[in-house]
Amino acid sequence: MKQLGPDFYNITDLLTEEELLIQQTAYDFVQAEFMPVINEHYEKSTFPMELVPKLGELGFMGSSLPVESGGAGVSNVAYGLILHELERGDSGLRSFASVQGALVMYPIHAYGSDEQKAKWLPGLGAGTKIGCFGLTEPNFGSNPGGMGTRCKKDGNDWIINGNKMWITNGSLADVAVVWARDENGLVRGFLLEKGMDGFTSSDIHGKLSLRASITSELSMANVRVPDSARLPNIEGLKGPLGCLTQARYGIAWGMVGCAIDCYNTALDYAKERKQFSKPIGGYQLIQAKLVEMVTRITEAQLLVYRLGRLKDEGKMTFQQVSMAKRNNCVMARDVARVSREILGANGITEDYSPMRHMANIESVYTYEGTHEMHTLILGQDVTGLAAYDS
Amino acid sequence: MKIAVLVKQVPGSESVLPILNDETWVDESLVSFIMNPPDNFAIEEALLIKEKAGEGEVVIVSMGPDRVKKTIKEGLAKGADRAIHLEEDGQIETDPLSISKSFSTVLKEENFDLIFTGLQSDDTGMGQTGVLLGEMLGYSTATLAMETDVQSDSIRVKRELESGWFQWVKLPMPASISIQSGLNTPRYPSLKGIMGAKRKEIKSIPVSEHRVGSKMQTIEKVFIPQTSKQTEMIEGDADSVATRIVEILKTDLKVL
Repeated sequence: MKQLGPDFYNITDLLTEEELLIQQTAYDFVQAEFMPVINEHYEKSTFPMELVPKLGELGFMGSSLPVESGGAGVSNVAYGLILHELERGDSGLRSFASVQGALVMYPIHAYGSDEQKAKWLPGLGAGTKIGCFGLTEPNFGSNPGGMGTRCKKDGNDWIINGNKMWITNGSLADVAVVWARDENGLVRGFLLEKGMDGFTSSDIHGKLSLRASITSELSMANVRVPDSARLPNIEGLKGPLGCLTQARYGIAWGMVGCAIDCYNTALDYAKERKQFSKPIGGYQLIQAKLVEMVTRITEAQLLVYRLGRLKDEGKMTFQQVSMAKRNNCVMARDVARVSREILGANGITEDYSPMRHMANIESVYTYEGTHEMHTLILGQDVTGLAAYDS
Repeated sequence: MKIAVLVKQVPGSESVLPILNDETWVDESLVSFIMNPPDNFAIEEALLIKEKAGEGEVVIVSMGPDRVKKTIKEGLAKGADRAIHLEEDGQIETDPLSISKSFSTVLKEENFDLIFTGLQSDDTGMGQTGVLLGEMLGYSTATLAMETDVQSDSIRVKRELESGWFQWVKLPMPASISIQSGLNTPRYPSLKGIMGAKRKEIKSIPVSEHRVGSKMQTIEKVFIPQTSKQTEMIEGDADSVATRIVEILKTDLKVL
């Protein structure tokens, strides 16, 4: 970390040699392969698909899962550091890896049958197959339990009907993890394949955030699947929520990565840009901004580092993940905005990354549980009283 | 096919380079070190040759204090099979002849078919170790290889000459060859490679077992070049201009 951005509290010393080399590799990959193309993709609202097999080859897809589940068996801190570096590049790149690893490979690994694992995990891990995760609906976001998508048993088959919205990689996906309620109201997960009768997708256009990421709507009209397409080892809302805990963990790391990119950009600029008699970094008002940013970044680093070690020890709770996701999104949002302020007019151009990150963070701030929902999760945890509607 | 790749750890191009108070070297405790970038191409070339042959061994050989293990492991993570670490205490050796003697002492028993080095190291930039080592071991040597073509008991290499000229030479093996940067695209270490590197052998050779003889070069002073903008326009006829130039070379620059 030391050479890759502020490491004010020497967190580098707490990382293993493998973790450091993994972070360096992810950093090198992103700088060499992704940064030269990000602005073009962001402008055109496309994703650099040619990088997907490379991400797989490097082992970046679901890397903390065991090797037999298509991962690389690295520590959760190493997994976090990878997402940190992908998001230093762009949230679209990190989102791609988060969805593939935490929301598709993880549920198949944790809830899937041996046949489902054998069929999907090797390709997903290698980046030759792409997955997506369908939980959110046009009318059900923070309240996924109210979902309108239905599954109905018909002989040995299931018939699925409904719509899913804001689905990252939806139209790219070879396999979609789709959640639906059965006739008894129980949430079940299914693996739907591209091209199934009645299963269609359309991309959402006109996004002003996460532009280098494909976001889609999924439509299921009487999609008939055999029972073998159902995730057999989970039922109830804890299935999708368990996946979200994994994804939110990665987001908390990713936010540190993009915040550091903003901070470094602003710091370099403040040391170079001269106004009046000296570089603007020599004036108190700019120093106050930089100090606030590096302090917030350091807090966020400590949160994710400790969270990662708790996860490695099997002690992490979803409430702890909520705290890191909630805190780090606000932190990154503020850092991006203040970095742009320091850059002045230059900061509104694509030549500098903070405004792109700032726009991306607006999505991340509300996806995978809004800031407010994480507040309620933590509120319930500290008081023992749930503030949700029942 | 048994290939050694000499890999050095050097200060990164973006690292700070604070000079020690005694002006003999930089303060390594503040420097961030990386794999010498030209050596990265040498590793890649060795791995490509091994993969094409479908058999063989690539061995990372590195000299330096304990910190160089990080760079060794990077080489192992990229796919090298094992490593030899020539340990050093304190300040690193910078005399190419002494360095080459150390390497030849350790490597003569290994009987490598090929020894690759990067073009030069980014710290001292001598570019001599590969050639000196080849000579000491009785290997054929070539520098600045831009392309390699391994045959049964020889290797053809395309050497870069001056002014855009190239030369194909055929060397009997064993051979020691310095690899020009840019001839291939070095791979990233994959996570699988990084995790697998932990199980690969790193043989450590204490300094007492490889350092032989006395050094022929020592560093007198390390300093940051002073920039100045003094320009003297010399005017007059050819004789008076030449006289003034000789005077400057003798008295100001003291090179004559």
